[in-house]
Amino acid sequence: MSATPTQAKVVVIGAGIVGNSLAYHLARLGWKDIVLIDKGPLPNPGGSTGHASNFIFLTDHSKEMTLFTLDSVKQYQDLGVFTQSGGIEVARTQERVEELKRRMASSKSWGIDSELLTPAQVKELVPFINEEIILGGFSTPGIGTVDSLRGGTLMREKAQAMGALTVLPLTEVSGIEVDRGRVRAVRTSKGDIQADTVVISSGIWSPRIARMAGASIPLSPAVHQMISVGPVPLFADTVGEIKYPIIRDMDVNGYERQHGSDMEVGSYDHRPILWDPENIPSIEQAKLSPTELPFTKEDFDESLEHALELMPEILGNPKIGIRHAINGLLSLTPDGFPLLGETSEVRGLWSVTAIWIKEAPGIARAVAEWMTQGVSEIDASGSDIARFYDHQKTKAHIDARCAEGFNKTYGIVHPREQWASNRNVRLSPFYQREQELGAVFFETAGWERPNWYESNRTLLKEYGDRVMPRRYEWEARWWSPIINAEHLAMRDRVGMVDLSAFAVFDVTGPGALGYMQKMCVVQMNVPAGRVVYTSLLNPAGGIKADLTVMRLGEHHFRVVTGGMDGMRDKKWFTDHLPEDGSAQLSDLTSSWATLGVWGPRARDLVQSVTSADMSNAGFPFGTCRAIAIGPVRVIASRISYVGELGWEIYVPFEEGARVWDQLWDAGQRHGVAPVGIGVYATTGRLEKCYRAYGNELEQEFNLVECGLARPQVKKEDFVGKEAYLKQRAEPAAITLCTLTIDDNISKSGFKRYPQGREPIMTPNGRPLVDRHGRRSYITSAGSGPSVGKTILMSYLPPEHAKVGTKFCVEYFGEQYAATVAVVGPTPIFDPENTRVKS
Amino acid sequence: MNVLVCIKRVPATGGHIALTPDGQNIDTRYLGFTISPHEECAVEEAVRLIEKHGGSSTVLTLGPEVATEQLRDAMALGMDRAVLLETDGREWDPVATTDAIVAAIERDRAAGRDYDLLLFGNESADSAGYQVGVRVAAALDLPCVTGIKALEIREGKAAVRRQTESGWETSEVTVPAVLTVKEGINLPRYPSLPGRLKAKKKEIERSRPQWVDGGLEKVRLSLPVQAAHTVEMLGQNGDVGPQVVELFRRLRLL
Amino acid sequence: MVLGFIEHVGGAPTSLSLELLTMARRLAQRMGVPLEALVIGGSGASASGILASYGVSVVHVADDERLSAYAPAAWAHTMVQLVEAAHPAVVIGTGSDRGAEVMAHVAARLRLPLAANCTEVIPGNPFLVTRQRWGGSLLEEARLKGAVKLLTVAPHAVTVEADATATDIEVETKRPSLEDKDFRVTVVPQVEADTGKVSLAQARVVVGGGRGVGSAEGFQALEELASLLGGAVGCSRAVTSLGWRPHADQVGQTGMRIAPDLYIACGISGAIQHMVGCRAAKHILAINTDKEAPIVAQADYAVIGDVKAVVTAVTSEIRRLKPS
Repeated sequence: MSATPTQAKVVVIGAGIVGNSLAYHLARLGWKDIVLIDKGPLPNPGGSTGHASNFIFLTDHSKEMTLFTLDSVKQYQDLGVFTQSGGIEVARTQERVEELKRRMASSKSWGIDSELLTPAQVKELVPFINEEIILGGFSTPGIGTVDSLRGGTLMREKAQAMGALTVLPLTEVSGIEVDRGRVRAVRTSKGDIQADTVVISSGIWSPRIARMAGASIPLSPAVHQMISVGPVPLFADTVGEIKYPIIRDMDVNGYERQHGSDMEVGSYDHRPILWDPENIPSIEQAKLSPTELPFTKEDFDESLEHALELMPEILGNPKIGIRHAINGLLSLTPDGFPLLGETSEVRGLWSVTAIWIKEAPGIARAVAEWMTQGVSEIDASGSDIARFYDHQKTKAHIDARCAEGFNKTYGIVHPREQWASNRNVRLSPFYQREQELGAVFFETAGWERPNWYESNRTLLKEYGDRVMPRRYEWEARWWSPIINAEHLAMRDRVGMVDLSAFAVFDVTGPGALGYMQKMCVVQMNVPAGRVVYTSLLNPAGGIKADLTVMRLGEHHFRVVTGGMDGMRDKKWFTDHLPEDGSAQLSDLTSSWATLGVWGPRARDLVQSVTSADMSNAGFPFGTCRAIAIGPVRVIASRISYVGELGWEIYVPFEEGARVWDQLWDAGQRHGVAPVGIGVYATTGRLEKCYRAYGNELEQEFNLVECGLARPQVKKEDFVGKEAYLKQRAEPAAITLCTLTIDDNISKSGFKRYPQGREPIMTPNGRPLVDRHGRRSYITSAGSGPSVGKTILMSYLPPEHAKVGTKFCVEYFGEQYAATVAVVGPTPIFDPENTRVKS
Repeated sequence: MNVLVCIKRVPATGGHIALTPDGQNIDTRYLGFTISPHEECAVEEAVRLIEKHGGSSTVLTLGPEVATEQLRDAMALGMDRAVLLETDGREWDPVATTDAIVAAIERDRAAGRDYDLLLFGNESADSAGYQVGVRVAAALDLPCVTGIKALEIREGKAAVRRQTESGWETSEVTVPAVLTVKEGINLPRYPSLPGRLKAKKKEIERSRPQWVDGGLEKVRLSLPVQAAHTVEMLGQNGDVGPQVVELFRRLRLL
Repeated sequence: MVLGFIEHVGGAPTSLSLELLTMARRLAQRMGVPLEALVIGGSGASASGILASYGVSVVHVADDERLSAYAPAAWAHTMVQLVEAAHPAVVIGTGSDRGAEVMAHVAARLRLPLAANCTEVIPGNPFLVTRQRWGGSLLEEARLKGAVKLLTVAPHAVTVEADATATDIEVETKRPSLEDKDFRVTVVPQVEADTGKVSLAQARVVVGGGRGVGSAEGFQALEELASLLGGAVGCSRAVTSLGWRPHADQVGQTGMRIAPDLYIACGISGAIQHMVGCRAAKHILAINTDKEAPIVAQADYAVIGDVKAVVTAVTSEIRRLKPS
């Protein structure tokens, strides 16, 4: 037993697979004085790792999660704890057969060897399966199982061997000391440990630990039921723990996995059973372990029936019995992604939680890099714990979304699928008006945003086939041709777009300029009244954010960023504020509503409600200033994300409805249409080849690659500048291009429309890989109603990034020819930007 | 033959027992429930008897509605029929329990169902009264052997064995008879998937017996006071040979 | 009067009967009533000397050759006749298999409540008993009603103590009137052939194995240690369920209760079901990988480590010291 050190460089709380992996990777990256504590004994302290089913399926539609998984498998293999068995997702329904094609596409996008199998082919690999009830399978030979307890132990021991780690089992955290927003010490049952960095890798207990520091880790413990059935005569001669491929019975949310002489059957099909983190039993209270609760049989009965249908030969044998059954606790999050990074509330307090066995070592490596260098090789933005707004950290939200998400574990989740629970949380001042116009609301970060307006249905007749109607239900799901009609109406006349979900931060103070220079790539020392679009880089030159900045005064900048990215960006800004207090940041998101007015008649419309000079000379592109609309003073900013003349109008929240009414009433003469986010975020921006954060812009791409490098680099220093200069000096390894589909007609004779994230390949089906090993895939896809084509964006290796080059895109198992239309940022529609600048 | 097995739902305890704040019950918030262990073997024994001799098996319990879980567990193992004598959840003492069971057996008899064997556990894991089987036998005027660890039916007789400190004793009784079973008589099987699913769909016969004051009334539960003692750590892993041998010497075992 | 039901072997009361007498005498003194005893079988009369030293004033000897073999219903009927004739206020039996069985029959015949495995009795109205549940892991305080209070004494709950002031004892021999029906169940003892092995019940050292032993084969190391120490091997319920050992080796609430000088618990977590069976051991040595396992807290000595490694180290050390 080690004595408790009084001081540490970092304290890692929780010695499950995550804590062990993290301790190892920190040690590998040169950290010393690491202390790993757990309230339970080792090697199995009683958390979720101890009862995990320990199998790893590789393919996820999320690139981030897949990359973490692939890295984890590699690490497990290096540790010698991975057993390759192969794995098959089987379909019982036609809808699932289609989904498996989509998974096949994701495998290709992320570089995983997979294939689609007929029922007979599945039967060859899994002789005990009832092939009569399945329609096909999606097989990935690289799938396997791990010994996660041993893997964790080995990593822990490696860190110890490096002399970097002290391990304290049976040590319970009783408090976390925080001073002026920074973590200072961990109080434990074995004494206090001073540390400026503390990592919570405590799985289902994490919310409880975080609360000790006044931070929030929005996850919920939830039950996953598992049984072990045996002894299976067929498995009697299996050497090792697994011989047959693991089966995921997708349509009934279940899996069957050999484990020695037993078959483990697990389910995500039962009712969501959430546990309050405060009510998890202690080690003493629990019979097996705190995360292995008594099995509730009736919840599992339906899954039993499904398992029996699929494997009657094995599971129907009356001689083999249910030898073990648990309600295992695991962590769910409101959006299904892990919770990684420093918490927004407490500096130095990190969360590495809500992680499955399959991705743990990969995530641990990424977080260790992030803690060491500020960035990770695999971009973890989607899992950044800083993404949550306050309302998303409430128990009501966490419980609602975790419960709703649970049964989607094996679900067919549409990329645009909306959450049903806990809606109507953030409403703009225009909400009432939008409702009256039949707005169909989609949610972004709690905001209800019109995606299109049913009142515009009349436009469908006006535009006929130009709205590019979709015959296939999949791509017509969570979509309407009205979006494209609104797009055309805006391009023909004028549209009003509710943009109130923008996150708005004001940076003020004598040090504001210097601070903004440091944060932004683009020159910030512009005259007051200018609006600038800029990127933010991480220290390695990866793209951290993109946003617009209005300079409103000598010491006053207003930052406007997307609702999805708002909280992550806010943390990035806040973390870099000067320590001398010379610049301050205030979050004004709830103070300002935003209304975009764009289209050829935008000037006529806005001019009709203000006495300010809205002419091109009087209000040039890229400027902003206060104007009066009737009795309301607003800030108008002449920029556009849809490629049209017009303004973003920022209005005090409570005066918003008044401004809407004035513009709406005046707009009637100009043929104004309410326009939804379907246009703003997809069709309008794609025709203009504008990049979107999270699609094209990620930390693993740089400004040269995405075509956002400006001709000049400002002389002032900024975060990532050194790396950026280096990137500029080298030829781009990959270049963002815009393509269009040559012919959308599928074998069925009807048009089909890729939705994004599909693999893009050479015409003979070879994948495209850049010199860093990055694969080409479709980053965004959508209709371009004004150009009459389906527009795709993709990073392509330089030898392929040439206008006119032909490729093929795989979509639901069929190939569609596509051609590079533009290399770099030049828009397809109105390439000279005459409309914007008119 | 017809076999009746009477079982009890008890919490599946681990290394510790905790009580509810009022001291009336075990805190079962984190515990599952199971058939009391001796009775689990009685169920297995009944299933084997019916498999061998034919006939039908009935499982009966006195308890709250949730005790249907244990009835279904028993049916998942192969019992044919289940009877719930439903209570409001409070404890029934052995006399009250006996009355309810006897009444149920007499009802069955009136309906033409006679039992050749009535199996009980020797004692329940929780309240451990050591008497319900004997009382039922007395009430029905049947012979009774307690604590059996082996059973064979031949020519209308039950040949049983029970274990004593020094060996075994055997006995033979004419059926119908009451036998109380001890764990070890067999190794109970696990429920199969088809068994569980079949059990789930089966009817459970229910009645609500009248509670009577049997004369043994729980006032409160408490945990025995553990004498404070310290553990002497002799060491870790493989290097402890000498220390352990030294201990054996101290205790005069070597 | 307090009446004790004494079990004896050829006139020598069993140790549990002496525990019973100790408790019964204290109870009788508290109630201010005499203590009497019932022994079954003619040879029981020879117990009177010992019984007197435990404060028994009258010993009732039931003599009937048919009672020489154990017949629970007949023994109980004998007791019932005495109860009906002598009107004791309290009847106490031991918590042995036979004590529990006979008292259950008595209670059933008299239709009186019976409190099993009492550790403490407080006479009066209400008449309060403390009794064991869960094999003694839990205590229940209960009110015991009935014209005659029937109870059994929990084994090993009372330290045997003779009565310093004991005087004369009267022996009353009677032949009970029994029916054929009382002999529907009789038992025939079956003495096991001596296997040369030390029995679990008698062993001074018991080496117990749990799930942590890893496999049926893993018990080989435990067998070796036990034989070097002249002891026996036991196991936990988990091990029996896994089929690694026969149930006869099981120590616990539903298995054997043992009281060796030393119990060596190898890879046993220490669930209450198990501890009930080994609690009477004079010393417990726990060998476990998990320092926090309940067994470690309840042990007198502990070694933290892998069962196989530790047991092998111990056996080779013994061999080194006494090569033979």
